[in-house]
Amino acid sequence: MDTIKLTIDNREIEVPKGTTILNAAKKLGISIPTLCHFEFKGMDVHNKPGGCRICVVEVAGRRNLAPACVTECMPDMVVRTNSMRVINARRTVLELMLSDHPNDCLQCAKSGKCELQALAIRFGIRTNPFVGPDHVQSSYQIEVSPSIIRDMNKCVMCRRCEMMCNEMQTVGALSAIERGFPAVVSTAFNQHLDHSPCTFCGQCVAVCPVGALTEVDNTAKVIRAIVDPTKKTVVQVAPAVRVALGEEFGMKPGSIVTGKLTAALKALGFDYVFDTDWSADLTIMEEGTELLGRLGKFLKGEPVKLPILTSCCPAWVNFFEHQFPELKDLPSTAKSPQQMFGAIAKSYFADKINCKREDMISVSVMPCLAKKYECGRDEFKVNGNPDVDFSITTRELAALIKQANIDFTQLPDEEFDSPLGESTGAAVIFGTTGGVIEAAVRTAYEVHTGKPLPKIDFEELRGLEGIRSATIDFDGLPINIGIAHGLKNARKLLEDIKAGKCNFHAIEIMACPGGCIDGGGQPLHHGNGDIIKARWEAIYQADKNMPIRKSHENPSIQAIYKEFLGEPCGHKSHELLHTHYFDKQTTVEVDLNK
Amino acid sequence: MDKIIIKMKKEVSDKIIEICDRFNNAPGELINVLHQTQDFLGYLPAEAQELIAERLHIPTAKVYGVVSFYSFFTMVPKGKYPVSVCMGTACYVRGAEKILDAFEKELGIMPGETDKDGLFSLTSLRCVGACGLAPVALVNGKVYGRLAPANVKNIVQEYRDMEK
Ligand code: SF4
Ligand code: SF4
Ligand code: SF4
Ligand code: FES
Ligand code: FES
Repeated sequence: MDTIKLTIDNREIEVPKGTTILNAAKKLGISIPTLCHFEFKGMDVHNKPGGCRICVVEVAGRRNLAPACVTECMPDMVVRTNSMRVINARRTVLELMLSDHPNDCLQCAKSGKCELQALAIRFGIRTNPFVGPDHVQSSYQIEVSPSIIRDMNKCVMCRRCEMMCNEMQTVGALSAIERGFPAVVSTAFNQHLDHSPCTFCGQCVAVCPVGALTEVDNTAKVIRAIVDPTKKTVVQVAPAVRVALGEEFGMKPGSIVTGKLTAALKALGFDYVFDTDWSADLTIMEEGTELLGRLGKFLKGEPVKLPILTSCCPAWVNFFEHQFPELKDLPSTAKSPQQMFGAIAKSYFADKINCKREDMISVSVMPCLAKKYECGRDEFKVNGNPDVDFSITTRELAALIKQANIDFTQLPDEEFDSPLGESTGAAVIFGTTGGVIEAAVRTAYEVHTGKPLPKIDFEELRGLEGIRSATIDFDGLPINIGIAHGLKNARKLLEDIKAGKCNFHAIEIMACPGGCIDGGGQPLHHGNGDIIKARWEAIYQADKNMPIRKSHENPSIQAIYKEFLGEPCGHKSHELLHTHYFDKQTTVEVDLNK
Repeated sequence: MDKIIIKMKKEVSDKIIEICDRFNNAPGELINVLHQTQDFLGYLPAEAQELIAERLHIPTAKVYGVVSFYSFFTMVPKGKYPVSVCMGTACYVRGAEKILDAFEKELGIMPGETDKDGLFSLTSLRCVGACGLAPVALVNGKVYGRLAPANVKNIVQEYRDMEK
């Protein structure tokens, strides 16, 4: 490999050709401040507009200061990252940025985690020469969508969200608009996100350095429900939450905090603390049965829709409804685990405890922003009453725990309540890319062949590459499986299906890169791919820790089929656990009346 | 959200499709497509942008991003009598700003807007090449030179009278 020698702050270093000054300096332990720059290691995500100029450095022989994040190292370069000139220039850049920024930090949802605030602290900004009596600020209305709040007056035009929405997700809901002070990232015609192709994946929120993009905060509604003596509160927690929540309390990334999490929810005062893992097992029963049903028809040569696509990620559901409505017969009709849980909680379980549907408030804790949107969909309501009333993120749960004076790290481990709390290792791996399909294979294999699995771990389905595939031998029947995470990768597989170039029988798709472990509602990772890797490993560890690791062996799942549901994909299941999809594509048609 | 169906007159959609085809529906030709569409329609309504996005296979947000970035694109239909006030250097130093103010007051609209009757629209321009007559304004293509704010009322009245 070609290498280059250069000097940064009087120290020599040798780096591979193509390295930026920013990364070369990092190797020397010099951390040049950045704002617009965003690199998500291991996920193939880069944002390098070189626009904010907070990272400027002095390069000997050059007249202008150079942005370190986009300037490549050259042989014998002499770089100064902390000269007086550099520091003054950075202060000016920062002061200009702050001159157009509301300074209501105390009330901002990002306070304490905001990268602009961190810079202002780092540079000790106390006054601002650019804020005069008649200085201009843009004035945009704050927009509240089902999942996301957009306060564009706080936008610093780093364009990270635009990159996530267009390059990582290929959704194209967001674009830079206008110029000068009004320049922000917005939707077409500044319309509401609900009127755009937005999937509510929340990946834009996950990377926004400031308080311009934040999640809809449901914590107050949840507290009100808990303290209301006329309501019974039921809470469910998604798999990916338990491997990330600890980070909000200073614990090491990848800490598995299931026991403490359960204890915290009980301490918060929820009447019943249940587990989305339980309904993940239920999902496998339904989706696995559907998969085998379609395969059976296929083997008999009957007409059938293949490949079957997973349907547990609501952002992914949104994506195909908007962008590939012609394929809407392919995905499984199984609801997401969140919605299966809600439907069972407000029917089977409500009956059990003699509680009217209206008197039960069902709350979900999710790594996800799309789930907030999902629980508001009309199909998931009965007479206007939603199966899941409020969905909160991992971050919101952490805020609730802190408000309630609960010392999370000191909590003793507790167990989920029964009967919707028992789960298997197959359920917890739903939290990462490849997990749903592995769980489905564990069950479908045994149901199809009638034999026990030779081995439970399907290493060939695991990993963090954007698109993966494997062929699993179902005792002589080869099943081709595809996996995609990040919607740009999903798009590639869908284009292949449309072109008839796809020989998969089943495909798992998750909208977020890495799957739910990197959902839009998780603790912020600030581009640190090691955090995602640690959560990913923790998910498989949590699977190993479970005494039962196949969904169909979950005794409480077996019991609910016997007692209440009948059989998977049966009549009752169809009523409660399955759904249908819509064509949401925007189209232009000729108006023949005009 | 439900499916959004945008209705468009056939002659308009046919023309836009023809313009897009002329540029091979290439995303890189967006600016040219927008120019020609605006030449044809006089402005770029949201429906036209949706259709262009569909033809060029780019997100509507990107099309709108470009339209809102460049000041020569407009989403507001021009008035029957477009008014443009020159803000070039020569006109500027001779008080073009006061002329623009006077038009804003007289018409009750800001630059970039069209009045509610669709009669007048107001824009500002760079040098129109009549510096000798500065300050200059164009109304319905006609040049008015050596303007003073006091003239504005009469000029506007001239066109209002034509509508009677
Ligand atoms: S939530 Fe996802 S789809 Fe929606 S604007 Fe953000 S990145 Fe785009
Ligand atoms: S909304 Fe946030 S992420 Fe998007 S450009 Fe503005 S500051 Fe950056
Ligand atoms: S991958 Fe998971 S966190 Fe992300 S949108 Fe889908 S369900 Fe939500
Ligand atoms: S961080 Fe380098 S230009 Fe923004
Ligand atoms: S500056 Fe107005 S015509 Fe030249």
